[in-house]
Amino acid sequence: MEARRKWIQLAVLAALIAVLPFFFPSGYYYRVGALIFVNGLSVIGLVILIGYAGQISLGHAGFAGIGAYACALGPQHLGLHPGLALILGAVISGLLALLIGRPILRLKGYYLAVATLGFGILVSMLLTNERALTGGPDGISVEDLGLRALLRDLGWRISGGEFWYGASGIALLVGAWLALNLFDSPTGRAMRSLHGSEVAASTVGIDVARQKLRAFVISAVYASVAGSLLALQNGFITPDVAGFMHSIEMVTMAVLGGVGSVLGATLGAAILTLLPQVLTVFAEYEQLVLGAVMILVMIFLPQGLLPSIARRLRGRGE
Amino acid sequence: MSLLDVNGLGITFGGLKAVNDVSFSVQPGEIVSVIGPNGAGKTTLFNMISGVYQPGRGTVALDGRDVTGIAPNRLAEMGLSRTFQNLQVFQEMTVLENVLAGYHLQERGPVLADLLSLPSMRRRAARAREGARGLLARVRLDKAEGQEAGSLSYGALKRLEIARALALRPKILLLDEPAAGCNAVETEEIDALIAELAAAGIAILLVEHDMKMVMRISNHIVVLDHGEKIAEGDPATVSRDPGVIAAYLGAEETEAADADG
Repeated sequence: MEARRKWIQLAVLAALIAVLPFFFPSGYYYRVGALIFVNGLSVIGLVILIGYAGQISLGHAGFAGIGAYACALGPQHLGLHPGLALILGAVISGLLALLIGRPILRLKGYYLAVATLGFGILVSMLLTNERALTGGPDGISVEDLGLRALLRDLGWRISGGEFWYGASGIALLVGAWLALNLFDSPTGRAMRSLHGSEVAASTVGIDVARQKLRAFVISAVYASVAGSLLALQNGFITPDVAGFMHSIEMVTMAVLGGVGSVLGATLGAAILTLLPQVLTVFAEYEQLVLGAVMILVMIFLPQGLLPSIARRLRGRGE
Repeated sequence: MSLLDVNGLGITFGGLKAVNDVSFSVQPGEIVSVIGPNGAGKTTLFNMISGVYQPGRGTVALDGRDVTGIAPNRLAEMGLSRTFQNLQVFQEMTVLENVLAGYHLQERGPVLADLLSLPSMRRRAARAREGARGLLARVRLDKAEGQEAGSLSYGALKRLEIARALALRPKILLLDEPAAGCNAVETEEIDALIAELAAAGIAILLVEHDMKMVMRISNHIVVLDHGEKIAEGDPATVSRDPGVIAAYLGAEETEAADADG
């Protein structure tokens, strides 16, 4: 039964990704779609951390920054292929999460939030201030992945927007597949149980600290890969990717859509990515909107948009 | 050698000796009950034995190994399992998933296999699922397996906790008021289940307020009052002990007055 639900969710997501382009008024929307998918990917990572394991992070943009700058700096300084740089970024993010997660995850509640916040600020400061290496606040250009040229050689001509729409969409699907696999697995159950009761989890043999650390590392890798994809598709990156507002944006997307739900988190990412694109007024007041969304969701839909809607539909069906 | 040896165990909370110098032992297949008025330190004692609290003094030995102050998850690996007086159920997980969490030590594997949903993971999970369904049938919750645990009644949640604790295949099971809030029929069922488990060789350490049940099923009773052991022995001896009658049975009326557990 659980397995069937997983495939239904993935099929819905895949169908949406495939069908949406037919409704795009202009090629520009491929870019918007790609951005939604990348944001969705990092938010799915937060679903694992916040929704499954019940831990909060206000510094996950730090890992996105590491992923993004790995793709900018790896090819420039180490002569790495951008694709390999993405993997290197993910490995660095994972190892860093392992290293800092061990002491940080002993903390609870707002202590954890503050510690992760500190981490995010640290990464963002480093990227801003190490001008010689990172180009400082003005940002740095990112080498092309080269896959599109390869496709062109094979006779398949697509625009940059179309390519990144497809590539990010596939990345999102893979990310969703992994997270849904995890949900209904021994590790996922262990993570979710410590969300319910840490004492009970440990008395059934679950190593609470270890499961928290796993969730933290996995979510850091999600954020890192999303950051890399963002850098690659824009061809340019600034330290804002690691900034505090980006962390807040990620958490708000997760909370809005439904922090326990992979599909919900993607919906949250879609809504908050689209708003400033469609209604340019929102771009100016983005922080205001994020704050208001957070408060309203907490008051009226503490479970998030999608789970609340699903519950209402189910309630009507019975 | 006993299965569980508690020796001189004590803990102090802000100057108050919540438990002081308590010693007793439990043999395989034996049902040992810890009784005493409210606030006597029964749950605190359980928390120290199961690693939830660090004891201030004394030792706990399991199977001859010193396990004093060892983390609960390590104790679970060594065969000690427990339930809670104030329910600790994973509310947002289904009934089946709650019991599956109890199979964690048996179904866990490489995290990569779990992420990729490899056949090896699915085999592990399927085995655990089969066992979990058996346990749910045993506590008569098999029809509720797909429900969210938070939607169950209090008595059902008590049984769910027992099923989850049994999933660990424990050598010793600590039950903290398993029959609290259950009706007469449910109490009798839990009663029968405990006897069945003991007959299968599992040692049972029980905290229970239902005196009829305690007197009926216990092999051995430890009586606590104000954190100290004031008596121990078989049910007949304990129920005749003048100190116990004064401390415990005399306190029963006040206890009934504030029956918040």
